[in-house]
Amino acid sequence: MATTVHEPPQIDPHRLPDQGHSGNFGWRNLVPADGDLRVALDYSPPPSSTGIWVVLFAITMMFAAFTSALVVRKGSSLDWQSFTLPSILYFNTLLLLASSVTLEVSRRRVAAFMGGLNSQVESPARWLYITLFLGLLFVAGQYVAWSQLSAKGLYLATNPSSSFFYVLTATHALHVLGGLGGLIYVIRKLSKSALRRSTLVATARYWHFMGVLWLYLLLLLWIKL
Amino acid sequence: MSAHAAHHHVPPTSFIRKHVFSLDHKVIGKQYYALGLVAALVGMVLSWFMRIHLAWTNAAIPGLQLLSKNGAPGGVMTPEYYLQLMTMHGTIMVFFVLTTAPFAAFGNFFLPIQVGAEDMPFPRFNMMSFWVTFTAFLVLMSSFFVGDGPTLGGWTQYAPLNAVGSVGGPGQGAGVVLWAASIALFCVGQLLGSLNFITTTLDLRVKGMSLMRLPLSAWGWFITSCMGLTAFAVLMPACILVILDHVAGTSFFVASNLVMNDQLLPHSGGSTLLWQHLFWFFGHPEVYIAILPGIGIVSHILITNMRKPMLSHRVLIYSMGALAVLSYMVYGHHMFVSGMNPFSSLAFSFPTLVITIPSTIVVLIWTFSLYGSKLRINSASLFALGFISMFVSGGVSGFFLAQPSIDIMLHATYFVVGHFHMVMGVAAMFGIFAGTYFWFPKMAGRMMNETLGKIHFWLSFVGTYCIFMPFHYLGMAGNVRRYSTFVDDFLQPLIPVHRFITVAALITGAAQLIFLYNLIHSRFWGKPATDNPWEATSLEWSTATPPPFDNFGGKHPVVYHDPYQYGVQSSVGDYVMQTSPEQVKTEHEEK
Repeated sequence: MATTVHEPPQIDPHRLPDQGHSGNFGWRNLVPADGDLRVALDYSPPPSSTGIWVVLFAITMMFAAFTSALVVRKGSSLDWQSFTLPSILYFNTLLLLASSVTLEVSRRRVAAFMGGLNSQVESPARWLYITLFLGLLFVAGQYVAWSQLSAKGLYLATNPSSSFFYVLTATHALHVLGGLGGLIYVIRKLSKSALRRSTLVATARYWHFMGVLWLYLLLLLWIKL
Repeated sequence: MSAHAAHHHVPPTSFIRKHVFSLDHKVIGKQYYALGLVAALVGMVLSWFMRIHLAWTNAAIPGLQLLSKNGAPGGVMTPEYYLQLMTMHGTIMVFFVLTTAPFAAFGNFFLPIQVGAEDMPFPRFNMMSFWVTFTAFLVLMSSFFVGDGPTLGGWTQYAPLNAVGSVGGPGQGAGVVLWAASIALFCVGQLLGSLNFITTTLDLRVKGMSLMRLPLSAWGWFITSCMGLTAFAVLMPACILVILDHVAGTSFFVASNLVMNDQLLPHSGGSTLLWQHLFWFFGHPEVYIAILPGIGIVSHILITNMRKPMLSHRVLIYSMGALAVLSYMVYGHHMFVSGMNPFSSLAFSFPTLVITIPSTIVVLIWTFSLYGSKLRINSASLFALGFISMFVSGGVSGFFLAQPSIDIMLHATYFVVGHFHMVMGVAAMFGIFAGTYFWFPKMAGRMMNETLGKIHFWLSFVGTYCIFMPFHYLGMAGNVRRYSTFVDDFLQPLIPVHRFITVAALITGAAQLIFLYNLIHSRFWGKPATDNPWEATSLEWSTATPPPFDNFGGKHPVVYHDPYQYGVQSSVGDYVMQTSPEQVKTEHEEK
């Protein structure tokens, strides 16, 4: 085996966290508390931006398992009864998509505020609150959909089709509630001026993923139920 | 690559934060190890009960009636209780020993140190990971004391038995619900662990630590965490569906018009094969989740004791990756007799035979690297060799079972039991033992007793072969598995073999007490360990023993070398540490 003595890798100057307002979407650089320059100069994605992809992958696998269960269960039985999806689901869809838009608006506002580019942004959290509100409305809307179905006599155990409807929508709603928890965490951090950019990015990715996942679930339920 | 400080938490001072609800990956690693140890003892005692019953059917086991009055009246277990103990033995061993000890315990302790990080990136999730797993263990154990005891459906919990409720037999009501809840919780714990392992490996490596400079043990944990992320995320929804079939009256897994114990079940249209698909999509990768950390650990230990790197670092890593990917394509080989389409059997048989290729490459790399090396014989290297022996002996029978035509004959026999106990169970256990003897000095700051370690090895090694090799013979003789007695049937002539196995199991199990004594005695009274007692090269040996709270005492190591620079001439000996800037020449270059 050849001897392998190398210098530590060179730092790519283009990937350095900047000290000013340019190149990094105007974010103030996070200088480590212990003043260790080596930490500041060595660049890598913060763990939360890798971590969020790991989380999203696990959620994808979970819903893939539910999907395959639905397909197999429907294909292997004669007792499947289709029903019409409650129309409020389409309204809920719009709410969730709108919340993704407001979250993007708030990201830009927060970036401008944190970068000091626009100090006139008085309440950078306002759009985050709007996103939170839309998210809560979505969950409430899902609850209305469940109530409408149960009013029609379709419960969890009534038919495999209704079983899958409740399981898929409830699991998704639980994940949305997790996203709302993330938004509350971001708002709290922002109010203390301790928000990291990576935290907001990870939360936003999660939130957008909830929207995409919901579109997929709606399509699946629409086709299969 | 990064030198991100994972976080800047200060060392805790209170007992609770330091030793119980600790955020420190090293403490969490030790907690996982303790959990694995307790679970292994419970699982082993259960196997003793089963073995005694199989060999001497009417023998009363003192005290067993205290565990279950109805299941073991007068200390003699009923056939149902035999199955309940068997289910718990399998579940405890597969989940709470083979997954927690080599992956979660050693991985938690050493992965961050081997990559040069201060801690995992999400220490709170890491703490939750352990406590959720611990809760899962308690929930599983509680089923011994609830209703008519734990479930009897085997660790695979096949449908429809897992979903019909108490009409299916003792433990099929509350027992199954507790089992499924426990495993769902376990999945949450392992998903949180995988999140930390993956991000630690990808984002927290110190300067100079490229992926290919990671030690093989770190690669083992990293690949395993990727597998865990995929597998546990599928098992969890399956468990949720089982629980719903029980408590909410849904029909995911129970077919229409099923009559059980003269009772027509209210479910309709469920798919029994669905459970097998969901379970084995997790279940087969789980086998590799149990064994891959062992492959990494054993390679790491062998290299240190051979004083030379493996023939090919890269090929070993790629083979481990190939094992991981292929493990998801072979799961249907557990279902050859399930009644699925025979063409599906062929489709699953092919990758099953293909997966023997990376396995063989790994074994060949070990063998040819060992050839001609001056192996240092100690407890760790002996158990590493034992691991290879078990992996090969158990793996060879896999060639037979991979073929549907042979598997149909052998599937429900002791041949399969022997196969998986050797290749997955005992091999992984030997990996745990090897890791313990190797890393104990770093974890506890003291050396283990080598003489006791070697006695422990030889008793375990010989004992294991005495137990599991006859299983293959029993299987070929047609000895079905999951029967609690063989007294009045055609299997009676095989009883002497069962008695031999039982005696071997009791002795081998008792030999583990030597290990336990060594572990506890060395923890308090062992010889103090130096920072690098094995003259090893990776980062865990470059820091103090035991490692300080932030692993490297406020410094950030810089990596200059590949992980295994042995057989060189340096200022410290025949090796150069990863963190040493010293320029050295290998013996090969000298010539």
